Amino acid sequence: MLELRHVSKSFGQKQVLQEISLHVASGEFVSLIGPSGSGKSTLFNLIGGLLGPDAGEIYLNGEEITNKHGFISYMPQQASLFPWRTIIENVLLGQELQGKKDYELAEAMLERAGLGDVIHAYPHELSGGMKQRVAFIRALLSPQSLMLLDEPFSALDEFTRTDMQKWLLSIWEDYEQSILFITHSIDEALFLSDKIIILSVNPAEIKDVIEVPFIRPRDGDLLLSEEFLQWKKKIIDVIQF
Amino acid sequence: MKTSLLKKVWRPSLAILLFIGLWEVATRLFSIEEWLLPSPSDIVMEARNVIPTFLPHLGSTVTLSVSGFLIGTTVGLGVATILHLMPRVRETFFPFIIISQNMPIIVLAPLLVIWFGFNALPKLIIITLACFFPIAVSALGGFTQTNRELVHYMKMMGANKSQLFWKLELPHAVPSIFSGLKIAGTYSVMAAVVSEWLGAQKGIGVFMTLAASSYRTSRVFVAIIVAMVISLAFYGLILLLEKFFIRWQQKGENV
Ligand SMILES: Nc1ncnc2c1ncn2[C@@H]1O[C@H](COP(=O)(O)OP(=O)(O)OP(=O)(O)O)[C@@H](O)[C@H]1O
Ligand SMILES: [Mg+2]
Repeated sequence: MLELRHVSKSFGQKQVLQEISLHVASGEFVSLIGPSGSGKSTLFNLIGGLLGPDAGEIYLNGEEITNKHGFISYMPQQASLFPWRTIIENVLLGQELQGKKDYELAEAMLERAGLGDVIHAYPHELSGGMKQRVAFIRALLSPQSLMLLDEPFSALDEFTRTDMQKWLLSIWEDYEQSILFITHSIDEALFLSDKIIILSVNPAEIKDVIEVPFIRPRDGDLLLSEEFLQWKKKIIDVIQF
Repeated sequence: MKTSLLKKVWRPSLAILLFIGLWEVATRLFSIEEWLLPSPSDIVMEARNVIPTFLPHLGSTVTLSVSGFLIGTTVGLGVATILHLMPRVRETFFPFIIISQNMPIIVLAPLLVIWFGFNALPKLIIITLACFFPIAVSALGGFTQTNRELVHYMKMMGANKSQLFWKLELPHAVPSIFSGLKIAGTYSVMAAVVSEWLGAQKGIGVFMTLAASSYRTSRVFVAIIVAMVISLAFYGLILLLEKFFIRWQQKGENV
C-alpha cells in the first residue's frame, strides 16, 4: 500500500534521512520509533507532499505520490481542532476537503466512539483526551486509506494515555485503514502495532524492523504479560546497540 | 449577570454625574456666558426645542456613515485579502498604505470637492478612507497570525490555497477583523460629520456649522452629544454582531 524507496532528505548541510525504504501493507498498523530529532516528522512531511525528497520515491497503492498532496490523512500531536467549528463540523473537515460529506456516518461514528454527548459542543469545552479522540475520528473519517499519526498521545497523562490506546484499537480494528504511527514509547508501539520500525539518528537510517506477534483483538492484560516484557527488552537492545 | 453589569457601570456613571454637576455649578458660579460655554441645563433645554427639526439631519448623517462604513469594510477586507494572497503585491504596496494613513483625510477634502463636486461622492470617499485602514490592517494581521499547527494540518490533508483561506485563515481572522470594525465604526460617524462641513443640504455637520456661525453654542453641544450617541450605538451594534459571530470563543480568552 505505502512504499518508500530509498528516500533521502537534507536541510542545507545537514542530512536528516538517508536511504529510507519502508513498507506499510493494507490494513496494517506500523509504528516508527526513534530518538528526538531523528527525522520522523520530516518523513511524514515527505509522505504528505509538503516537502520533496532529495532522492527516492514514494508510492501509494502502486501510484507515485512523491511531492503530491492529499493522499493521506493526518493526526498531529496537538489535536488541532478548529475552535469555531462544533465537534461534528470538525470531524467532517477531512471529508469536506476531498469533496463529499457524510453527516450520518460522522454522527454514527461519534456515537460509537463515546462522543455522542458532545456532537454539538465546541472544542474548548472538551478535555485533552476527548479532543484527541475527536482528532482521531476526524482522521479516520477522511476518505484516504492511510493515516499518519504523529505522537498523537504524547501530550496526555499516563492514565488517559493507556485508555486512549485501548480505545484507539477498539475503534480502528473495525476499519480497513492503514496506520503509520510515530511514538517515543516502546510500550505504546508494542501494544498497538503489527510492525515496529526503529530509526537511528544523524542521519536517520532504519536500524531494524520488528514484527509484533501478538494476536488481535488485544486487551490491557497484554501490557503486563511476560511475553510483552521480553519483546520490550528485545527492542531496547536494538535501540541501545 | 445583571448585578455584575451594575457593578461595572456605577463608578463611571457616578464620575459622569459628578462632572456634569461641577460643570453646572461652575457656569452659574462664574456666570459664564451661554455662547461661550453653556451649562448642562441650557443644553438640555436647547435639545428639547431643537430635536424635532434635528431629526432629518440625524437621518442623513446615519445613512451617510453606514454606507461609508459598509463600503470601507468591503474595500478593506478586499484589499487585505489581495495583499494576503499575493505576497509580492503586499511587499510593493503595503508601505503606501501605511503612508496614506499619515495624511490627515481632512486635507484631502477640498481636493475631493474640486474633483467630484458637492455631492455624496467626496463624502463617501472620505468615510471609506477613514474606515478602510483599521479594517485592512486588522484583517491582514488576523490572516498572517493563523495558528501554524492548524495550517500544517490543512496542508498535510491536502487543502488547496482557496480551502486554506476560506476554511481556516478567514474564520481565524474574524475576532481580529471585529476589533478593526469597532474602530472603523466610530471613525465612520466622525468622518461623516466632518465631511458634511464641506457643504451639504442636511446632516449633523451642517447643523453644527450653522449653529456655530450664529454662536448658538448650546446647539453645537447638542450636535456633539448626538454624534457621540450615534457613535456609541454603532459600537454597540458591532459588539452584538461580534458576540453572535464568535460565540464559539472560550469565555475570557482573547484569541
Ligand atoms: N524545515 C526545516 N528546515 C531545517 N531543518 C529542519 C526542518 N524541519 C526539520 N528540521 C531538522 O530536521 C531534524 C529532524 O526533525 P524532525 O522534526 O523530523 O524530528 P522528529 O524525529 O520528528 O523529532 P521529535 O521526536 O522531537 O518530534 C531536526 O534536526 C530538525 O532541526
Ligand atoms: Mg516530530
